[in-house]
Amino acid sequence: MADRYQSWGRYPAATQTASRIAWRSDPLPIGNAPARDYLPFGNGRSYGDSCLNDGGALLDMRGLDRFLGFDPATGILRCEAGILLAEIIDFALPQGWFPPVTPGTKFVTVGGAIANDVHGKNHHVAGTFGRHVRRLLLARSDGIRLWCSPAENAELFAATIGGLGLTGAILVAEITLKRVASPNLAVETIRYGSLDAFFALSSESDRDYEYTVAWVDCLARGKALGRGLFMRGNHAAPTTRERPAAPRRRLAVPIEMPVPVVNALSVRAFNATYWGKAAARRQAVQHYDPFFYPLDAIHGWNRIYGRKGFMQYQCVVPEAGGNEAMREILDRVAAAREGSFLTILKRFGDVPSPGLMSFPRPGLTITLDFPNRGVSTFALLDRLDDVVRTAGGAVYPAKDARMSGDSFRLYFPRWRTFARHIDPRFSSSFWRRVTAEAEVPS
Amino acid sequence: MRKALIVGATSAIAEHVARLFAADGDRLALLARDADRLAAIADDLRVRGAAQVETLVFDATAFDRHAALIDEAAERLGGLDTVVIAHGTLSDQLACQAAFETARRELDINFLSVVSLLTPIANRFEAARAGTIAVISSVAGDRGRQSNYVYGTAKAAVSTFLEGLRNRLHRAGVRVVTIKPGFVDTPMTAGMTKNALYAAPETVAVAIHRAVTKGADVVYAPWFWWPIMTIIKLIPEPVFKRLKL
Repeated sequence: MADRYQSWGRYPAATQTASRIAWRSDPLPIGNAPARDYLPFGNGRSYGDSCLNDGGALLDMRGLDRFLGFDPATGILRCEAGILLAEIIDFALPQGWFPPVTPGTKFVTVGGAIANDVHGKNHHVAGTFGRHVRRLLLARSDGIRLWCSPAENAELFAATIGGLGLTGAILVAEITLKRVASPNLAVETIRYGSLDAFFALSSESDRDYEYTVAWVDCLARGKALGRGLFMRGNHAAPTTRERPAAPRRRLAVPIEMPVPVVNALSVRAFNATYWGKAAARRQAVQHYDPFFYPLDAIHGWNRIYGRKGFMQYQCVVPEAGGNEAMREILDRVAAAREGSFLTILKRFGDVPSPGLMSFPRPGLTITLDFPNRGVSTFALLDRLDDVVRTAGGAVYPAKDARMSGDSFRLYFPRWRTFARHIDPRFSSSFWRRVTAEAEVPS
Repeated sequence: MRKALIVGATSAIAEHVARLFAADGDRLALLARDADRLAAIADDLRVRGAAQVETLVFDATAFDRHAALIDEAAERLGGLDTVVIAHGTLSDQLACQAAFETARRELDINFLSVVSLLTPIANRFEAARAGTIAVISSVAGDRGRQSNYVYGTAKAAVSTFLEGLRNRLHRAGVRVVTIKPGFVDTPMTAGMTKNALYAAPETVAVAIHRAVTKGADVVYAPWFWWPIMTIIKLIPEPVFKRLKL
């Protein structure tokens, strides 16, 4: 059970107490045995330290997994914040509804999806998760509970969307689901040979396809830099003859690997094979599970990185100059020979988020993951930050365990406004790290 | 479609059993102490597909109110064919040793209240010549151990009572199911260090739902407690009394 309170990247380690919240009618367990400070914890799918509170206390929200109401005519769902997207899908999909935005795992809580203002393959049309939140019930440490929406307590609402759990504990959320005609997606996968080809495919596809994303062979250099597989898809019509089965068997990585299984050799082999074996163009009807959540099929996949864990790095750079920045990032990764096992490239759209601290913004976003090799990994990520800073981009806090405070405050210039909305008894390892050397308004 | 009464409905195991009933489209009457918690669960079960959800505030040791509560639940549901009893406390053994009053209270909650509830329920089902009764006992009742023998005594009494009731009601076509969970990771065990033997309340709930649906007499949940307890029951008393359990 102690295992539960760590982040998905399993770095850094943190020591903290945790109390489980089981009832939204109960007061937050703050005050009887006061901890230094508190942080809501959902399902531990944030990669870095934004879900950790070293030396303080966690409020485990996962027990708040009840529905309050659902209108099958409008798709408006009211639920407690500890419920998983997976549970919402199990409940709503048979009735023809799906989460309006979903990240690459369905094992996130609704509260976590709001606190990190998560995005998915449909960002260019649907924006972030926060855009689909109609209102939320926030519990503050002083015992006050507030309904927040764009109309009511609007500033606190904006601060809570992407607010990293620091503005209070979200107890209840009201979200609008998306109508879908079937559990399947009509997917096309196109093999492309260069970064320019990605940009062309992205421009061509974003109008007609709700979901677009590319897997990139991160070890390709020179002219082949940025080559990969471009995936685009739409929810399929129910009449489609093909009936892809839901995956039955769940694989698992039962124990932590003694040494990372991800190393230069396996990354090279995987990336080269994956690109090399792919067909030039392939169309298929795919069940939503492997399409949205390929890694969810392998329970505990983060354990393949061994004891030291791994680092995810996701950044966005503005469209203008974005191509050069992306080229530079891929070049620096390839040169460092720190191969990223999974590299994902996508173009964010210009649908604005209601969140004050939201990460997605118009431009190009890339996601990389590296086994934590210590100094060399940190140095590479610092070199990537140099590119992102120069380009006027940002790094995703939900996946970060190491960006400097200076970088953070540059990426999120509204952090001072945000800080005024933080609950005085709430904090996180991430927040202390990125504000350590700054004067924080309260 | 069941017309089911769930006693102790705010317990983690009972809540998950209720969710499985709700998915079956059943009519449910929920009994528990806390009205706010009952309301939260009732809303959830309605969304999950329950045809009807009624809530009644219930005090396990207010024995003289039990028969009336059961009548009320049956009336609201338009009958009753399934009962799940899941309320209880995990007794503080040391406090029970220190004061008889504490021990008696634990026995009242964990044993006598079950008798108080099941007496009118058994008579109702026997007269109707139909019904299913499932009660959560515990592996702790299989053998007395120094670490929790007051709780174990209550659960052993529950198991024996159910055994007798099953024997009596078999002829009337009424099923009586004894559920014996092992360690379950619930708020009741929040203070304990968890090991590999701990099961999720969902797992135990699935076993209960299966037993209620398909029929069974005694169910260990998860199943692996059956061989474990079989071995523990076989240890001769001269040896057992020396063990630190």
